[in-house]
Amino acid sequence: MTAQPLIEVQNLKVHFPVRGKGLFGGVSGYVRAVDDVSFVINRGETLGLVGESGSGKTTVGRAILRALDATDGQLTFHRNGAGPLDLRMLKGDSLRKFRRNMQLVFQDPYASLNPRMTVRDIIAEPLECLKWGTRQEIDDRVREVAGKCKLNVEHLRRFPHAFSGGQRQRICIARALVSGPQFVVCDESVSALDVSTQAEILNLLMDLQDEFGFTYLFIAHDLSVVAQVSTRVAVMYVGRFVEWAPTRKIFFNPRHPYTKALLSAVPVVDPSREFNPFKLSGEIPNPADPPSGCRFHTRCPHADGRCKAEMPDWREIDGEHFVACHHAERLG
Amino acid sequence: MTDATATVMDTGAETAPKASDQRKLQYYTASQWQLVWWRFRRHKMAMVGAGILILFAVFGIFADFIAPYGPSTRDRSYLMGPPQIPMFWDRNGFSVQPFVHGIETTRDPVTLRAVATVDPNERRYVQFFTTGDKYKLFGLIESRIHLFGVDKGKIHLFGTDELGRDLFSRTLFATGTSLSIGVLGVLVAFVLALIVGGIAGYMGGWIDYAIQRVTEIVRVVPVIPLYMGLAAAFPREWSNIQVYFAMTMIFGLVGWPTLARRVRSHLLAQRGEDYVLAAELSGASAGRVITKHLLPSFTSYIIVDLVISFPYMILSETALSFIGLGLRPPSVSWGILLQDAQNIRAIEQAPWLFLPAAFVVLAVLAFTILGDGLRDAADPYSVKKS
Repeated sequence: MTAQPLIEVQNLKVHFPVRGKGLFGGVSGYVRAVDDVSFVINRGETLGLVGESGSGKTTVGRAILRALDATDGQLTFHRNGAGPLDLRMLKGDSLRKFRRNMQLVFQDPYASLNPRMTVRDIIAEPLECLKWGTRQEIDDRVREVAGKCKLNVEHLRRFPHAFSGGQRQRICIARALVSGPQFVVCDESVSALDVSTQAEILNLLMDLQDEFGFTYLFIAHDLSVVAQVSTRVAVMYVGRFVEWAPTRKIFFNPRHPYTKALLSAVPVVDPSREFNPFKLSGEIPNPADPPSGCRFHTRCPHADGRCKAEMPDWREIDGEHFVACHHAERLG
Repeated sequence: MTDATATVMDTGAETAPKASDQRKLQYYTASQWQLVWWRFRRHKMAMVGAGILILFAVFGIFADFIAPYGPSTRDRSYLMGPPQIPMFWDRNGFSVQPFVHGIETTRDPVTLRAVATVDPNERRYVQFFTTGDKYKLFGLIESRIHLFGVDKGKIHLFGTDELGRDLFSRTLFATGTSLSIGVLGVLVAFVLALIVGGIAGYMGGWIDYAIQRVTEIVRVVPVIPLYMGLAAAFPREWSNIQVYFAMTMIFGLVGWPTLARRVRSHLLAQRGEDYVLAAELSGASAGRVITKHLLPSFTSYIIVDLVISFPYMILSETALSFIGLGLRPPSVSWGILLQDAQNIRAIEQAPWLFLPAAFVVLAVLAFTILGDGLRDAADPYSVKKS
């Protein structure tokens, strides 16, 4: 089976205006949260998106979901048998109706559930918004999905305060899945959980993917989590992709110095091995005022004059391995 | 928030470790209002405050029935009479049925003033459900039955004023008037606050900015001179009903800015919450987000704010009527009753005319304590910092 694209992102830009104070404060600049990012996610695959805090990972996910408006670029959703759809053209009711096809699982399972609604009502909300069926039909569907997410069907009458973090995350997943989406963004969905619960939730997500063929955009900062679930991995730095490749290639043959730095920071549980990470100095640059040339040159040990002056191209250096670095071949 | 469940569970008597599964289940399926009630119940003072207010409300609503006489009914035989306290025994012996002594009115030969003297040999027995003045409860049910009375003559629990009107009855009627002005004033303020604060909080941007500045302007106007100016502008020929509604409007118009700010800040705080975004991503319309998620998230706080703003309304009414700019006789309100007490003769000879002041103090205290208790209980999902 050849890979069929589901989500296609072309030259996505999301800029937030920075305003002066008061009523008449003008726009004094832009935070380039996402600056010219292109990628494709194939049907049934998982794209792991990693990067430091502030690199724009969450913004990419939210822009695709239309939780915020992209400044520029194209977002295409390839529907099954109905041709491509320009997500940025959706408005009002048609956008609301289309939301059933793409859902989000949040990072914080405490803030993302309305404490004043029962679990049943929380999971049923997407269906009720769609006027999906009668109360009985919705009830049945909620029970079915709750069962799939390994929630006790007897607990649907309870309120979120009765549940632990892992159980709450299952509720969030059930809510995301109930309308039968094709594309699910998991925005740091396991970072707030403890390690054993993380594994449970990851397994649940993968089981559900096997069963229903979901496509995930899996946003995380924990590389070991990403390695476990992803088909491909993209690395982001200050609003741009620096590397994009199948998971094995990223982990065994990283080309971008930033990816290397991230990987070397993953601790290895082996006392006989010396843990000697390749440390990055300095802070992530301010996305309102990114450095010239390659955005990583301020912290890159291999940077030279060219890196400072010239923005590296986004190029394929090997089959399905894209990188944005002038010295990718030399460093490989 | 992570510890919220744990905290509520630890402190809740309902979920003590020994609690049965049944009680645990009850806690797990408890709605917000049940959680609020469980927390509120532990606040003993607030429960007392709530009890006092319920009692006052009953007094006000059923004043016609509970009061033995009408607010303007005069007892010419007992002018400026001191309170009569029902007793069970006197020097003539014990009685199971409580009674008060009879009154004899004589005219002082020097001052020619009518003087009421107690006749300790005459007993007037207190009876329940006696027939008295005719009244219409809620303007509908006509009746002559009063909660209590005496078999002959009259009983004045709080004494009488200089016209011989029963102060207890008048206080009950005044309670109804003053509390209802408070309720209506708060309602007017609340509706305005909800509209103004709601628009500011939901729209944001320059609309919010403009509304905030207008709110600040209203807030900086000193209240007492404003009340006085507005109240003095009432035409003298207005009926008491008109004055009554005009006053509630004034209290509402002056009281909204504080509430509006609270509504706005609650909205702003809740709009950024993940669960609101989750609802939007689920395809919820703006109307659904507001009614199902935003409003329920702060109703408890709004109730607290309303309860806390009551005393200001009541005190404003009392103050205005006291200085003679609010309601006028023959209406009765706490302010009017206290106005009757504001002379040297009352202080010297009839201190019982100050009894309505005790009602004012009690009501304000009860509202404040109740508001305190509600504020602590309002958000059952918050972590209690102690």
